[in-house]
Amino acid sequence: MSTTAMTGVQRIADAFASTTKRAALMPYVMAGFPTLAESVRIGEACVQAGADVIELGVPYSDPLADGPVIHEAGTRALAAGANVAGVLEVARALSSSIPVVLMCYANMVFAPGVEAFVERLARTGACGLIVPDLPLGEAPEVLAACESRGLALVPLVAPTTTPERMAAIGAQARGFLYAVSVVGITGERSGLAERFAEVVAKARASTQAPVALGFGIATPEQARQAADAGADGVIVGTRLVRAAAEAEDPAGAVGALVGELAAALAPTDQRSAS
Amino acid sequence: MSAPTEERPLEHRFGPYGGQFVPETLMPALAELEAAWSAARVDPGYRSELDGLLRDFGGRPTPIYRARRLSERAERPIYLKREDLNHTGSHKLNNALGQVLLAKRMGKSRIIAETGAGQHGVATATVCALLGMECMVYMGVEDTRRQRPNVQRMELLGAKVQPVDAGAKTLKEATSAAIRDWVTNVQSTHYVIGSVVGPAPYPALVRDLQRVIGDEARAQMLEREGRLPSRVIACVGGGSNAMGIFAAFIPDEEVELVGVEAGGEGIDTPRHGAPLTVGGRAGILHGSRSAVMQDEEGQIVQAHSISAGLDYPGAGPEHAHLRDSGRARYVAVPDRDALGAFREVARLEGIIPALETAHALAWVMAQPGGELDLVCLSGRGDKDLAEVLGAAGA
Ligand SMILES: Cc1ncc(COP(=O)(O)O)c(C=O)c1O
Repeated sequence: MSTTAMTGVQRIADAFASTTKRAALMPYVMAGFPTLAESVRIGEACVQAGADVIELGVPYSDPLADGPVIHEAGTRALAAGANVAGVLEVARALSSSIPVVLMCYANMVFAPGVEAFVERLARTGACGLIVPDLPLGEAPEVLAACESRGLALVPLVAPTTTPERMAAIGAQARGFLYAVSVVGITGERSGLAERFAEVVAKARASTQAPVALGFGIATPEQARQAADAGADGVIVGTRLVRAAAEAEDPAGAVGALVGELAAALAPTDQRSAS
Repeated sequence: MSAPTEERPLEHRFGPYGGQFVPETLMPALAELEAAWSAARVDPGYRSELDGLLRDFGGRPTPIYRARRLSERAERPIYLKREDLNHTGSHKLNNALGQVLLAKRMGKSRIIAETGAGQHGVATATVCALLGMECMVYMGVEDTRRQRPNVQRMELLGAKVQPVDAGAKTLKEATSAAIRDWVTNVQSTHYVIGSVVGPAPYPALVRDLQRVIGDEARAQMLEREGRLPSRVIACVGGGSNAMGIFAAFIPDEEVELVGVEAGGEGIDTPRHGAPLTVGGRAGILHGSRSAVMQDEEGQIVQAHSISAGLDYPGAGPEHAHLRDSGRARYVAVPDRDALGAFREVARLEGIIPALETAHALAWVMAQPGGELDLVCLSGRGDKDLAEVLGAAGA
């Protein structure tokens, strides 16, 4: 099947099914940071280096789930002129080569109207949408708009999520279920891995969809630990955004890190490196 | 006297407004808080402890005062509900006492709060000192400058004041920082939100705790004047003193309810804090849908007000609903007029009001039409002296 004939949900499923790594590698890229054009190059470098899915962040004035690194990148992207049209062009440019899932705060989805926002997103060829401040009870309208266009509305679960909520959220997951690995906001952390297996197992039991682990994962070692814990996908955000902020050549720097993460997830690598 | 006795469920929505737009991590904590408040507000043990503290520690009931020279000038009686006489100098203590007591019942060991004017921070720090709880208050860097005495008070009371350097460095950013702390420390920590904003159940919880203002004032007016006021007026930042005084009068349809927002440099400019007055599309800020200042793509824009407590681009969801239903109306008073009222009320009445409150007083002095006005004097203005005297010199 050609990618254009597949729905977004199918393309994501295909990416999880066809990866040759132990878990799908899912880098987070802030659209418009440092500029719109450079964020496209960063995304392309991720594809080259072995990414399976890209999570494309929409810069927002008040990102409540994000730590200082991603918040600052969003603030700078907005100052550099990033707007929805520009962000969606980034999504369109990357979608021809990789499944793109947009990460966007709720107010930006509701501002133009849910139908209008989701329709615009679908037209770019993007595959899905993550709204970090849209818990289950507030999601029906967005879910319906995504479903009717074959887009995946990817929900999040946290270590604090109760078993009843977990079951309800898992049943509604499309594309994948985003398991937040820590109680907290986005950011790099050390010594997380003890809880990975528990978090993944609870998420897995609640859903038919693949389970991707994210928040706090920064190093190849942590990526390997996530795969060891049984995650179907590994999301790496803050570490890559920080590299883009610090490097002279953001795309080169992010590409190199994604390459190291991909190597850590290679089936031959197993635990031999540690 | 301080909490409703009926077992009405806590509202999640007020018409199309309200809701719970927060990261999943917080959802169990919101459910826990809702269950705890639903039980506590009808629990005689909790209520008698709260009422005792409101009385003996806080100084309630606060009087209503018929403002002599203001009334003379306005040629109608103007009553002031004296929330400035609360311990710590504003209505914020009513909410802080109720919430910190509740947090203690819930077994939380750590309290966080956001603050703009510093009054909510001081009230929370005060109650934490009283009850022996660890306290951290987030405050925008700009507000730590313009409300310096309150920073010193909080520190003296044993709280840690965490300056917030993001964005406009005011109340919106302080609230975001407090929410991020809560997401990270939710198991040990209760977030004492300072106004009728935030995700459910906060707007209903804070209103319940502030309605003591209206319940007392309504009874006091009946006793003094033998009738209800024709207008009830309060300033609106997030809207807690207004919601507190309005709540008791909502069923009295003959009583007009007026919320006074920050007009800043004018509501025809972008520099104001009057989302309810200006209207426009609703938006989502800090966990609920309500009136919000935003651009066409949904980015939240910066508010502006001379008064730190009204310098906020949102307002409580119940106010948005009261506005749409026509039960309350919302108006804006610019910085300049609030400064004028601040000085005038000081000289005419011997009361230095908070700059926030001065917005409501300015509106009342400029708007005849009531036969009997009741204004919520939400707080005292000692904290504002440097800012006002600075603005006058400039
Ligand atoms: C004295 C006083 N009045 C009013 C306000 C505004 O808050 P609210 O609208 O929640 O009453 C503040 C906030 O800091 C305040 O200190």
